[in-house]
Amino acid sequence: MKNNDLPVTEEELHAFVDGELPPDRREAVETWLATHPEDAARVGAWRAQSESIRARYLDVAAQPVPPRLNVDRLNRAVHSWNFIAAAAVIAAFLIGGVAGWAMRGAPATASAQNDMEILARQAIDAHKLFVVEIRHPVEVPGVQSEHLSRWLSKRVGYPLRLPDLERLGLKLVGGRLLPSHSGEGAAQLMYETASGQRFTIYCAKSGTPNAAMHYKAGDKTASAVYWVDGNMAYVVSGAAERSQLWEVAETAYEQMERGAPFAERDS
Amino acid sequence: MSGFKEDVQAAIPALRRYARAVTRDADVADDLVQDTLVRALRSQHLFHGGELRSWLYTILINLNRNRLRTLARRPPVTAIGENDAPDTTGPEGGGRDIERALTGLVEEQRTALLLVVLEGLSYRQVAEVQGVPIGTVMSRLARARVQIKAFLDSERPVLRRVK
Repeated sequence: MKNNDLPVTEEELHAFVDGELPPDRREAVETWLATHPEDAARVGAWRAQSESIRARYLDVAAQPVPPRLNVDRLNRAVHSWNFIAAAAVIAAFLIGGVAGWAMRGAPATASAQNDMEILARQAIDAHKLFVVEIRHPVEVPGVQSEHLSRWLSKRVGYPLRLPDLERLGLKLVGGRLLPSHSGEGAAQLMYETASGQRFTIYCAKSGTPNAAMHYKAGDKTASAVYWVDGNMAYVVSGAAERSQLWEVAETAYEQMERGAPFAERDS
Repeated sequence: MSGFKEDVQAAIPALRRYARAVTRDADVADDLVQDTLVRALRSQHLFHGGELRSWLYTILINLNRNRLRTLARRPPVTAIGENDAPDTTGPEGGGRDIERALTGLVEEQRTALLLVVLEGLSYRQVAEVQGVPIGTVMSRLARARVQIKAFLDSERPVLRRVK
């Protein structure tokens, strides 16, 4: 190797292939490749890969766009889907009913810990079931938040406050009613980031005593943080790191606690 | 906000191209693009400026991950049979080789490579879409290229024997 050879890193070789190098380094890499045949061969192979990929797929973008992908048409449909949402409600009750029936065998005398485990599992299952929904993720959209909180509070039997998680970049998608493990109503609130990462908060009445926040590690698709406050159990689920889930849970906790309009709880 | 809709419409050809490369199926690809558009139109209020195309890729990638997750829970619909050996003659053969090589990559690496090579995004844009540092994007690219090369080399046993 000559002394005036500028050292070129592997990263620079990739950046060279992808046109990400500033002009002065580009020259340096060209000089380097002239005297380093192995690197030149690698660069040649990477370029050939890029060419094959483009040759295989570039023409897809030149094909006419099918009518079903017309934005105006889709936009009209998006705004009329609220009427179709009724169908989703029926489906949700059917699915929820089956889940509730399956849980009926859970012993009523199970310890508080077991109770919470069951509840958390149910919340995670509900999370997985609905976060993949594109058209009908919720029954009532977040824009109708007042109606949503009134309705869910009534059905759950507890004045629910919908936490504002905008500070964490999370927007309220909306909510839905589900059967709880005790056969009463449970609320699922769904939030999402601008890029579509979703979190749900599951709220159900619980007979278990107050419990601090617990982390329940799930699989790749969802983990959860849960706690019991007064006679309500909360489960925050999401496909996220423990720290991120924790942050969402704490922000929600603060607001659901502080903002709750009823100071006294019956106990 | 008619500008938003027009910009989304203008991005469709690129989205279809990218979706075709990740799904390898024209119908599935267009389903994915349609879901992406619906999600984007419904979430218009969440888009606070920035690069619309990057945002759309991010949505599409999230939806595709959900799709793959659902598929993973089901048994495979079709298996690759004996007669499915790569046709190494003609340009189509080369196209199928690269398709199969891409399929063998882990999702993050395939995403990084396709966004750079096929969609022409900068490393910085890919880092934003994937939510990782630029260094991570570069190592994903590097690993993708090594693996594709290994795959393509092994597909040509005649060349492999040449020492």
